[in-house]
Amino acid sequence: MNIWEIIIISLIKILIIVVMLLLTVAYSVYFERKISAWVQNRVGPNRVGWLGLLQPFADVFKLLFKEDIIPTAANKPLHTLAPFIALFVAFSTYAVIPLGPPVELFGYKINLVVADVNIGILYVLALTSLGVYGITFAGWSSGSKYSLLGGIRSSAQMISYEVSMGFSIAGVLLMSQSLSPVKIVEAQHGWMWNAILQPIGFITFVVSAFAETNRLPFDLPEAEPELVGGYHTEYSSFKFAGFFLAEYANMAIASALIVTLYLGGWQVPYIEKLGLSYTLTTIIQIASMFLKIGALLFFFIWVRWSIPRFRYDQLMSLGWKVMFPLALVNIIWVAALIMIFNL
Amino acid sequence: MSSIPMEYYLILSAFMFSVGVAGVLIRRNAIVVFMCIELMLNSANLSLVTFSSYLGNPIGQVFVFFVMTVAAAEAAVGLAIIIAIFRNKKTVNIDEINIFKW
Amino acid sequence: MTFYDIIFYLFAAITLISALFVVSTRNIVYSAFYLLFTFFGVAGIYVLLGADFIAVVQIMVYVGGILILLLFGVMLTNKITNVEIRTGTVQLLPAAIGIGIFMGAVVAVMIWTEWKLEPAQIPLTTTKDIGHLLITDYVLIFELLGILLLIALIGAASIARRDQE
Repeated sequence: MNIWEIIIISLIKILIIVVMLLLTVAYSVYFERKISAWVQNRVGPNRVGWLGLLQPFADVFKLLFKEDIIPTAANKPLHTLAPFIALFVAFSTYAVIPLGPPVELFGYKINLVVADVNIGILYVLALTSLGVYGITFAGWSSGSKYSLLGGIRSSAQMISYEVSMGFSIAGVLLMSQSLSPVKIVEAQHGWMWNAILQPIGFITFVVSAFAETNRLPFDLPEAEPELVGGYHTEYSSFKFAGFFLAEYANMAIASALIVTLYLGGWQVPYIEKLGLSYTLTTIIQIASMFLKIGALLFFFIWVRWSIPRFRYDQLMSLGWKVMFPLALVNIIWVAALIMIFNL
Repeated sequence: MSSIPMEYYLILSAFMFSVGVAGVLIRRNAIVVFMCIELMLNSANLSLVTFSSYLGNPIGQVFVFFVMTVAAAEAAVGLAIIIAIFRNKKTVNIDEINIFKW
Repeated sequence: MTFYDIIFYLFAAITLISALFVVSTRNIVYSAFYLLFTFFGVAGIYVLLGADFIAVVQIMVYVGGILILLLFGVMLTNKITNVEIRTGTVQLLPAAIGIGIFMGAVVAVMIWTEWKLEPAQIPLTTTKDIGHLLITDYVLIFELLGILLLIALIGAASIARRDQE
């Protein structure tokens, strides 16, 4: 493959990923509304299109046609920049997550990952830490006390939970002996999913993922009864859509990360024993990846409509006094596993 | 490998360091002074990585790792001190913090 | 001028110009914002130098940790909801003279020294080497740094907390 072929293939991959992510985001908003309706014994959106399936597009157009208001007290450049930071971070994380095994298409061997970086997990961690900036700048530049409090809460929360997130990932890295997501998925062959081998780390990671994506029960940065809308109180129109999109894209990415790190990625246990053809196996594996992501997205939404919001001090003490020690225990547990069974 | 001579990287780091020193000397706000200290640490790191890479020896990068750890510790403690001072004096301008006891 | 050179000059320009803005802009939040670009520029140069691990750690530690802490400091030490956060400068002239002399000396030393150079041999990734060095030759320093971080954590918490009577 010469350089141009690599560039073109990468561009096609990026395009596919972006389109898929946008569709996932649009429909997770739709399913969020449908599932919340189901939980609360309502009907939910059912007017636009069959069963309300075109509702996300109606929502997007509604937002685009609204007036874009910048408050007089706001700092204009940063106010405009903040949603773009959030969006950029949310979308670029996806580059290192493998969606399936390498496939042969038109004579090319294609890895189903945009960039197989050998320090991919660190890249993800670095980008997640960047996500704080969108929210912090949004909170500060709006010139409103609700936004500022939301921004401060959010950055404190995200920094705190990043610690336990990093330590849970360390357990996975010990197991796979590599920082590359592709290798991490390959290390979880058969039943050796990290969720089974290190359940404590799985739990701490999932909880941290909820906190990092600012989802209920940890959605204190935008807690409506206390802070109006948190950091996006002063946002409207396209910029609000940007934050909204980024939130759901973060949710999709958190799900994809959980699948990659703990639920075996695209692997289906013992599928090679079934003796299916190569093409069929690959298709089932890719489909299983999407199924797992979908199931986790459902889990995210389900939790949101089932569990009430934490108080801020409860959130902090949960992060530092429960999740962090548990993540440390997980590392010792994994080290012991590796020592005893020579994994 | 590159055609960029090692001196270019070093000069870049020297410029960065000087900018950092300038900030520490002329700015009044303690937090900006802090940022400039981070600039200086970064420029030192840059020259360490340069030497490490041009000598083909990873020890320089290990040192960068250590410097970053110390910088993180320094940022945490320094910021705590700044906040404590702000609580007592209601200012973080270093030219107004000029007595031993209040 | 190869592609590599252009990238070097690009990153060098980003680093230097944003560093100058950090020092010169009057708004503290803008300073923090430009510092973000400086850190990114330095990370880019690390990648050019073949230090990918250090580059990512730079973003994680400086951008994701230290700079956020500094922004926190800005927000906690100013009147809340005050968008116009400004501070002045002092002692411009003596500082300019001092820095001019200092920079001239450093740059002169860097140019005129006969550096001992090995033929450049950059491995694909240095992560493994760094890891090995950290737990073999430098393990004592590594452990001490862990203790230092713990002490800093406790110290920072105890300094910043309000006294409870």
